[in-house]
Amino acid sequence: MDRTQCCVQLSVQPSRALVDERFVILVEKAPPGFQLSVRALHQCEDGHSWEAFGHYISDATGTVNVSQDLSLGGTYSGVEAMGLLCSLRPVPGSKPGLRMRKKDVQAPMMVTISVYQGHQVEGFVDQVPLASVVVERWYVAPGVRRIPITDHGLTGTLFLPPGPGPFPAVLDLWGGGGQLVEYRAALLASHGFAALALDYLTAKVIRETGKMVEDQYFETAYKELQKHPQIVSSRIAMIGLSFGTTMTLKMAIYSKVVKLRCAVCISGSHVQPIEKSVEEILSSFNDRADKTRINEENQVIWRDLLLPIPTDPSLKADVGSLQCPLLLVVGEDDQNWPTKESAEDIQEMMERAGNSHLLTVLSYPDTGHLIEPPYSSHTRTSNFKPVGTNQKVTVLWGGQMAAHARAQEDAWKKMLAFLRENLYGGRKASAATQSNL
Amino acid sequence: MPLQRSVAPILCVQPSRALVDEKFTVLVKNLPPGGPFTVRSLHLSEDNDYWEAYGHYVSNHQGELSVWDDLSFGGTYTGREPMGLLSSMRPIPGSRPGLRLRKKDVTTPMLVTISVYCGHEDYRDQTPLASVLTERWHMAPGVQRFPLQENTVRGTLFIPPGPGPFPGILDMWGGGGGLLEYRAALLASHGYVCLALEYFKPGEMTSANQEFSYFETAFNVIKDHPQVKTDRVGILGLSLGSAVTLNLATESSVVEPRCIVCVKRYACIPPPLSAFGSTPIGCYWFLLVVFDPRFPVKHDENNCEIWREMILPLLKDSSRKVKVEKLRCPMLCISGCDDQNWPAVESVDDVMETLRAVGKDHLLTRADYPDAGHLIEPPFTPHFRATNFIRGSTMEKVVMLWGGQTKPHSEAQEDSWRKILSFLQHNLYGNDHARSRL
Repeated sequence: MDRTQCCVQLSVQPSRALVDERFVILVEKAPPGFQLSVRALHQCEDGHSWEAFGHYISDATGTVNVSQDLSLGGTYSGVEAMGLLCSLRPVPGSKPGLRMRKKDVQAPMMVTISVYQGHQVEGFVDQVPLASVVVERWYVAPGVRRIPITDHGLTGTLFLPPGPGPFPAVLDLWGGGGQLVEYRAALLASHGFAALALDYLTAKVIRETGKMVEDQYFETAYKELQKHPQIVSSRIAMIGLSFGTTMTLKMAIYSKVVKLRCAVCISGSHVQPIEKSVEEILSSFNDRADKTRINEENQVIWRDLLLPIPTDPSLKADVGSLQCPLLLVVGEDDQNWPTKESAEDIQEMMERAGNSHLLTVLSYPDTGHLIEPPYSSHTRTSNFKPVGTNQKVTVLWGGQMAAHARAQEDAWKKMLAFLRENLYGGRKASAATQSNL
Repeated sequence: MPLQRSVAPILCVQPSRALVDEKFTVLVKNLPPGGPFTVRSLHLSEDNDYWEAYGHYVSNHQGELSVWDDLSFGGTYTGREPMGLLSSMRPIPGSRPGLRLRKKDVTTPMLVTISVYCGHEDYRDQTPLASVLTERWHMAPGVQRFPLQENTVRGTLFIPPGPGPFPGILDMWGGGGGLLEYRAALLASHGYVCLALEYFKPGEMTSANQEFSYFETAFNVIKDHPQVKTDRVGILGLSLGSAVTLNLATESSVVEPRCIVCVKRYACIPPPLSAFGSTPIGCYWFLLVVFDPRFPVKHDENNCEIWREMILPLLKDSSRKVKVEKLRCPMLCISGCDDQNWPAVESVDDVMETLRAVGKDHLLTRADYPDAGHLIEPPFTPHFRATNFIRGSTMEKVVMLWGGQTKPHSEAQEDSWRKILSFLQHNLYGNDHARSRL
């Protein structure tokens, strides 16, 4: 096809959006029945390039609509409106074990979407596309304020929605890799929740004293939220992923200070020695390191460390005494934590205790451990250095790309609805309408 | 223990970041049902003036309110106006008179705060119940902006993302002068390489001696750009800019626009530029012709200048009109029927007659908008019935009456922009055999 004749037009709507919003990619004015590749290219903050592509055939009007048409191959197949983001992977030749995580949440993720002639699988970088556009994917809505929190020995970042408030709040915890991870809190603030991303494993106070934090650290963070003039002190929730779940349940059940309106636990477990410090809990996990499995690809599987689920009540959080609604998000192919088994045991414990009306379990087949905000690339394995060790290993997180992507989208929607209902709704409403999804 | 407070209502503007010609929805939830509320927009312009719009609403039984669906019962707009919060904006009370809202720096968005207040009374002393920020952009991501440096042509080139080649557009504003980039930036966001051209500085119309060749050179800057399709360059002009546009399309032996769009002035006055040959001609020729002592400038009850009447008689003088019969490409004419600055509709009637006489009326597409004024701009921008203007010949600051009523004018802006984009798409992106009158 003569390039000078070609008038292929490409549009992505919206061109600026939050990372959890869908877009529509339209290719128009191609010759009818024409083979095309639509490709996404993103250079992440550490300089690595990520790409995804789908193979399409234009219809009789010369149009391809990625939201409606089948991808016949590429990094994703089938009808996948967001496949170009969900299936992003490092370009061939990249370092192995990479994971894409946004550090600077105040700048957008820039993605170049291009359309090429033919069904290409490689060598895009050497070709001139037929057309190309740029889209911005944002973790913050306009007007969201980012406030570093360093008082009282805390290491965290508070994100406030725009406006006078007052707002309900969420304390946001990530897992065993530590660091201060802001992007989910930024996104929650973009949805109307004040959100405090808290570093509790590599915080400044830990680096300075060489000692892990105690319960008081989380209680201090909770109190900081409570006393903020733009936060409603009685409407605070916690959300934790992985080891963050362990801490969330610990606070929700045992803390005399923290009174949560609701809790969200993603890819975690209730198995933990009770009435122990954070340090002791971490040691108890490390003590079972001999249960680590390594597969043929030399990837580390840690899900057996907490198995079998103990029957001894001193070895698991007493979910039967929970007094607030709990949402559990479970990846059934989680190779890092025994999330599914834990969820089943939690269900059983709460039924026996008579508070299972507070529990909602979202369980997703073929979904791994890293259940992130939607339309982010699925990480099945990556390099990982757990806090307190010097070993970098390749961890198997689990999940199959398409199923995992769908789980991320569905879980996020349901998490936001759960938070809205419990944090924005009336108290009576939240308890009465809880049901198992 | 702090008092238990109930949470704020949820206010959601979607999309929160958009191009200026895109619509948004404004939804408020968690309000008390069946209550009176005011939704208000507020913007601080680059000139440090506050602009606002507001509508009075009533929440439904679920405590929700939707600007897209619900009726406004008062404020700066009434009835069902999804974009009323932008198109009915005006300076807040106490502002300097005669202001106009125009973005200068197109690389940053226009920031608008949308808030919801209790009641229908004066909200200015209240803290809003909720407030969000929305960004309105002239440049889509990936659009590049290049101020022209070396050329004798002054202006800014905007290039869409991608390899191209793209069709091109020469974009010209009117008698106010200066360099206005916002429409060119928006056109680039729609896939055109676009040159915003400056042909005289504000207030310098008399001294700026622009040769006809200046505009031809500008056209060629676009045409010869490596990312532009040489046979797909059009011209868009507003007001004085459309007079230039029409001259280029009829008289130039150098440039061949594929299509032209004229907003608000055509055909008549000044005399064809080529009549002056290659001698430098100042744009003052326009004013010499216009400010004919036989037809003095009129004023309305607010002392705003009305130029419409003095120009009307000149339509009958063929020596003062561009030879439209020499038109060689499709032309779209956008007119406001309440244009107080230029007799737009009468002008297009005249153009139509001239073209019909030579069998070329198929080249003309016209859109006349009742009760719309002179300044037909991209959609969802405020309507200006009268604004400050520096009259070039005398350097006097006057208040010019442009005309139009806000609601029909806003509708005209929205509809005409769609027609302009569609016309450009058809003529500049379309196939050869498909080119014809819309």
